[in-house]
Amino acid sequence: MSSAASAIDGHDHPHNPHLAHHFESMEQQHNSAKLGMWIFLVTEILLFSGLFLAYGAYRAFHPEVFNHASRLLSLPLGGFNTIVLIGSSLTMALAVREAQLGRGRLQALFLLSTLALAGVFLVVKYFEYSHKFHVGLLPGRWFAPHGHEAHVAQWQNVRIFFGIYFLMTGLHGIHVLMGMAAIGWLWLRARRGEFSAAYYTPVEVVGLYWHLVDIIWIFLFPMLYLIDRSPMH
Amino acid sequence: MSTATLPGPIPHDHDVGRINYLHSHRGVMSWVYTLDHKRIGIMYLAAVTASFLVGGVMALLIRAELIDPQLTMLPSNKVYNQLFTLHGAIMVFLFIIPSIPAALGNFFLPIMLGAKDVAFPRLNLASFYIYVVGAIFAVISIVLGSVDTGWTFYTPYSVDTQTSVVMMTMGAFILGFSSIFTGLNFIVTVHKLRAPGLTWFRMPLFVWALYATSIIQVLATPVLGITLLLLAIERVAHVGIFDPLMGGDPVLFQHFFWFYSHPAVYIMIVPGMGIISEIIPTFARKPIFGYRFIAFSSIAIALIGFLVWGHHMFTSGQSEIAVMIFSALTFLVSIPSAIKVFNWTATLYRGSIDLKTPMLYALSFIFLFTIGGLTGLFLGALATDIHLHDTYFIVAHFHYVMVGGTVMAFMGGLHYWWPKMTGRMYPELLGQITCGIVFLGFNMTFFTQFILGSQGMPRRYATYDEQFQPLHAFSSVGALVLGVGFAITTAYLLWSLWKGAKAPRNPWGSLSLEWQIETPPIHQNFLETPVIEGMPYDYGVETGSGH
Repeated sequence: MSSAASAIDGHDHPHNPHLAHHFESMEQQHNSAKLGMWIFLVTEILLFSGLFLAYGAYRAFHPEVFNHASRLLSLPLGGFNTIVLIGSSLTMALAVREAQLGRGRLQALFLLSTLALAGVFLVVKYFEYSHKFHVGLLPGRWFAPHGHEAHVAQWQNVRIFFGIYFLMTGLHGIHVLMGMAAIGWLWLRARRGEFSAAYYTPVEVVGLYWHLVDIIWIFLFPMLYLIDRSPMH
Repeated sequence: MSTATLPGPIPHDHDVGRINYLHSHRGVMSWVYTLDHKRIGIMYLAAVTASFLVGGVMALLIRAELIDPQLTMLPSNKVYNQLFTLHGAIMVFLFIIPSIPAALGNFFLPIMLGAKDVAFPRLNLASFYIYVVGAIFAVISIVLGSVDTGWTFYTPYSVDTQTSVVMMTMGAFILGFSSIFTGLNFIVTVHKLRAPGLTWFRMPLFVWALYATSIIQVLATPVLGITLLLLAIERVAHVGIFDPLMGGDPVLFQHFFWFYSHPAVYIMIVPGMGIISEIIPTFARKPIFGYRFIAFSSIAIALIGFLVWGHHMFTSGQSEIAVMIFSALTFLVSIPSAIKVFNWTATLYRGSIDLKTPMLYALSFIFLFTIGGLTGLFLGALATDIHLHDTYFIVAHFHYVMVGGTVMAFMGGLHYWWPKMTGRMYPELLGQITCGIVFLGFNMTFFTQFILGSQGMPRRYATYDEQFQPLHAFSSVGALVLGVGFAITTAYLLWSLWKGAKAPRNPWGSLSLEWQIETPPIHQNFLETPVIEGMPYDYGVETGSGH
């Protein structure tokens, strides 16, 4: 809205250039954006809920398959990634804090750290996936265990576990990628000094989204990697 | 207003805000990039109406084939299967779900709240284009090999069929995002953008209905998204989620599908109930009876509606205890719907009823929806459902709710708000007569199908036993009458855009907020944020003014 227009509005204070015409105040706009993001997060949880339900149903149908197959996932890599993602949530929270206080330089640094940690997560995931591809622990029609995992083929219904594993971690990985795009966009804007104590809504809203991505992983990790780690009998 | 026609410098934003929304910006691109909820509503209206006409033509083709017990007009059974699948998918995903919320709701929800726009105008425009992309996917699927699974895409057939299930389900998946974004936008708008004085219990009941609908859209649609995604992955990769050979379960697909699609029928009907709650008090000149009951019953439908999906699977092999619980919950969800019908009827009692076209559609709604709702109880009862399951009875029940309910409400709302949206009056007498034609044609088509179904005629067959022919032929004639009714409506509404009388600000003498502003509304809806002092339905109540 042009400055001439705000003069006609009869407001005493100048308009924040980020205030959209249909909101009365920055506070109203900020709260709307936050509520919108929370509702979006609810839809995300429900999107994943289908997979969680499928996981629950098939683990109940075939508990032994899940117990055995879970051991084929790499605990060190999965555990490392869990720590990486929790760390990225910390840097994201710090970035939001810095944005609220209007401190631009540190804020950009924390955003960049979050981006880097997300990148580390995906690189580790890449190595996990390629190992599974290598030994043929693939979803669906491509499932063909060989090498030192050849014995897995004898277990009935085991491919359903890997189907669910790839679906859940794959969908989560796509969300990590989308989060990285959003955080990268924030980083560019933060470097241009666009955020201030009066306007930091995008940082906070993307932060909420990033924490959800993190929380979903915190559920995925024990459900997929930690089902039964006692020695095989 | 005159600033619109003055040559000279480009007007300031603020001046543009004073001009009626149809003229505030000029050129095709001003529509393509518009963030105005009213223009987006109009674009949605054009899109859903076009979808409705396409889906309607398919219905006519289906009915034409069914005049004769043998396959006569269509080349094969497969084409018949493709036709009824497309009819269902187009009507559900491209017409009914977005019809009232995204078209009429988009236009009127912000105005009824005293707001200048929805909370997220860009998301609103995005939702429209996502809808268009989803529609394009659906069209591509028709070209590649139209789906023949029925609109429910049941596994295992949907995994095995040679038709382009992936393209169609991806279209529905994309349309789901459009629906989610509209719902999300409405929820935030209702929470955050109400005008001063507009408390929750002063909100128009249409807003309550849209709010309840939005809750369902936001909570249910993502589950459809993941379901369709899984189905597409199942087809491409054979992951085995729905395949017993690999440890999966096809019934899980049905659970997933109906967890969305049963609440989705409330996405389709609740906004219609909201329209009826606006039309009835306006044309009965009485305050609505039981305002809070109607408001809360919308929320109750939204919530209980999530717990009844298993009644679509009474014969699919659920446990007996699950079946009984789902049956009981199904009876429970009929209570809030009945509450609404009783309250509308009570509002009519001793009202000063004016039988304008919107009111005729509203009365049709009450009559037909009641039949549709009560026959739903036949299907919710376990023993009768075994007999009626997968017969024309269920087709008739569904169409009584969706056409007799939602489409009647949509037509009522369209006529009711047409003057406000377009600035033109539709021809009243023609509207009333056409409503009669639609009502007659509808009942001829679908009441017949209750009888067919109870006699055992199964749904989804192109050929049938000789004994059913008279009823089928009668139903087909009814469909033609219904089609003529909709064709006349389309023709006179389009005609009115050019030749219709100029609409006054408030042709119905309504008290609700959208009728107090300019016709057509100005770009920013209100020059000054209104302060709300009363109920929208204070007809005959001595409170000075409604607002």
